[in-house]
Amino acid sequence: MDAVLFLIFAAIAVVCALNLVIQTHPIASALSLIGVMASLAAIYLQLGGEFIAAAQLVVYAGAIMVLFVFVIMLLNEGKERKAKRRLWVTIAGLPLLFVFVALIHFMILRVLPPSDSVKFGAFTGGNAEAIGIKLFTAYLLPFEVTSVLILIAIVGAIVLARKEVD
Amino acid sequence: MPYIVLSLIKLLIVVLVLMHTLAYLQWVERKVIAHVQLRVGPRRVGPHGLLQPLADVIKLVTKEGMLPSHVNTIFYFLAPFIAVLFALIPMCLIPYGGDINVFGIHTTMQVTDVSIGILLVFGLSGMGVYGVALAGWASNNKYSLMGGLRSSAQMISYELPMALAIAAPLLILNTLSFRHIVDGQTGFYFGFIPKWTIFQGPVPQIVSFVLFMVAGFAETNRVPFDLPEAENELVAGFHTEYSSMTFAAFFMAEYANMITVSCIATLLFLGGWHPLWPEQYGSSLLPSLIFGVSGLVCFSHAARPARPFDRITLPVFGVLFLGLAGLFLIPAGQQILMPLFWFGAKTGTILFVFIWVRATLPRFRYDQLMGFAWTFMFPAALINLFVTALGVALS
Amino acid sequence: MQLPPFQMIAGVPLTWYLTLSAVLFALGVAGFLFRRNIITVFMSIELMLNAVNLSFVAFSYKLKQNDGHIYSFFVMVVAAAEAAVGLAIILTVFKNRQTLEIDEVSSLKD
Repeated sequence: MDAVLFLIFAAIAVVCALNLVIQTHPIASALSLIGVMASLAAIYLQLGGEFIAAAQLVVYAGAIMVLFVFVIMLLNEGKERKAKRRLWVTIAGLPLLFVFVALIHFMILRVLPPSDSVKFGAFTGGNAEAIGIKLFTAYLLPFEVTSVLILIAIVGAIVLARKEVD
Repeated sequence: MPYIVLSLIKLLIVVLVLMHTLAYLQWVERKVIAHVQLRVGPRRVGPHGLLQPLADVIKLVTKEGMLPSHVNTIFYFLAPFIAVLFALIPMCLIPYGGDINVFGIHTTMQVTDVSIGILLVFGLSGMGVYGVALAGWASNNKYSLMGGLRSSAQMISYELPMALAIAAPLLILNTLSFRHIVDGQTGFYFGFIPKWTIFQGPVPQIVSFVLFMVAGFAETNRVPFDLPEAENELVAGFHTEYSSMTFAAFFMAEYANMITVSCIATLLFLGGWHPLWPEQYGSSLLPSLIFGVSGLVCFSHAARPARPFDRITLPVFGVLFLGLAGLFLIPAGQQILMPLFWFGAKTGTILFVFIWVRATLPRFRYDQLMGFAWTFMFPAALINLFVTALGVALS
Repeated sequence: MQLPPFQMIAGVPLTWYLTLSAVLFALGVAGFLFRRNIITVFMSIELMLNAVNLSFVAFSYKLKQNDGHIYSFFVMVVAAAEAAVGLAIILTVFKNRQTLEIDEVSSLKD
């Protein structure tokens, strides 16, 4: 049952990621990325990361991607024109990607024992209380620093996107 | 009983009740707005217009479903699908009552209790923005695009004060799961004041409740924040190009969002399914009292009917109401029916406030709306959260 | 939390999660290298960040600690800040050059 659920969501994630790379219109890519994020949220739930799954939906899929979709709709540039690529790039591109993934998979199999299996519900430390305790005691300094970082980003984005008043 | 079968049965019950509630909420809205405006509302189709939703459904289903040639087909069909999907999923996470014991099966009146319930519901309703934005984009029409972008910007602007208004009672209740939120509101102060969050110390959450309701009006695009879909402003906004079933889908999504916001307000602020005063003072008799009085009023109006049809229909309604009153008196069914009654009464009151406001208030202009969110609601929600946190820390 | 009673004893091998993370990361790299629209390039970066998040959460499961969740949370926060500023920069570039293709924003090339 776990394996079936994982395979379904993993297949959706990979298909959406492929769609992101293949589609010419940016809005189709944006929607595919939202699909990837939603299926990853479901996979996080299977790994026991409830808070991270909810944060993924609220922050990533619900706010960052809305920003992307707004910018794409406002700029309204349309489809990307076909690029003139050199021949060796077209021939060697896809096989090199496969080699990359195969290399990483081989290294993963070398490092991890094959008997490690993930069961839904075996890890219960991912709920909001446990993460809250860790976040406000052991990781307090990074938390405050990222708050200042977001403040800087807000100020920077507003200054950059403001209309010039002469 | 296997978990999957039990969940499917609960899901079936929730779906049936929800679909009927969506249809009849529209009837209630039309009747209430009509009576506020000193007219009668639908009264031809069925007694007092009660079959009007059925007539509307038949009309919407049999209407010609046009696919305009200039729209982007995939997004055109994806947008109402996304809107309805993310409006209906939160219904599975909301508890409608407490623990019950039915035919030996011990379960709760909730399809699934997730430990991050409120966060997940908040995230899922935030994803509903895509339905609106895509609808505006797919229609390839400048009015729809403007309506869609305005509506999405409004929804994400009001998500911030809503999240801060939700965070304040969560500080007091110390949990994210809906069951535990309602369990933290059991009991009574001085024996008769209920321990709902709006009355609970150290800081009564009245300001949070008001902020949440206002943000809820804006999130669901209801008056006074409904400029993006106003009929006389932007030609119907983002759903201009939609007709028949797809329009019905947006309509259904809006009402489902309204019901979700009311349910969350009930659970977070008004104590969920707990009664208004303790049961030893007779709060279990309230539904029987209400339905009994309604039945008697029906009979007294049937004696002097305003319309000739009422001579037949009003006694039937009177008998129905008296039957319901009797149903609430059976002790075996009270375990299921009383929590449902209190939850329904509180949610129904908030929905009535939604409809009442629609009948009464004029609409905000778009820049007034956005200015209100960023210059008033957001600082107010922050200050409210700060005061609550101070109260919780000092006690 | 109550587990469904018919759950199978064997779960999903952890290596599958890491392979999924690798595949998503590789697709993000492919999008980053081969696409010319600057917003699509930016979205490929977000895809790579998501793949890394999955890796963090998977290892957090293996070590039975929730530090991986916290790192993942910080990655999300930093990605949000980066997206905000990056999109503002893209808007400014569009305002000045009227194009969104990275090959045409090349006036500093010799």
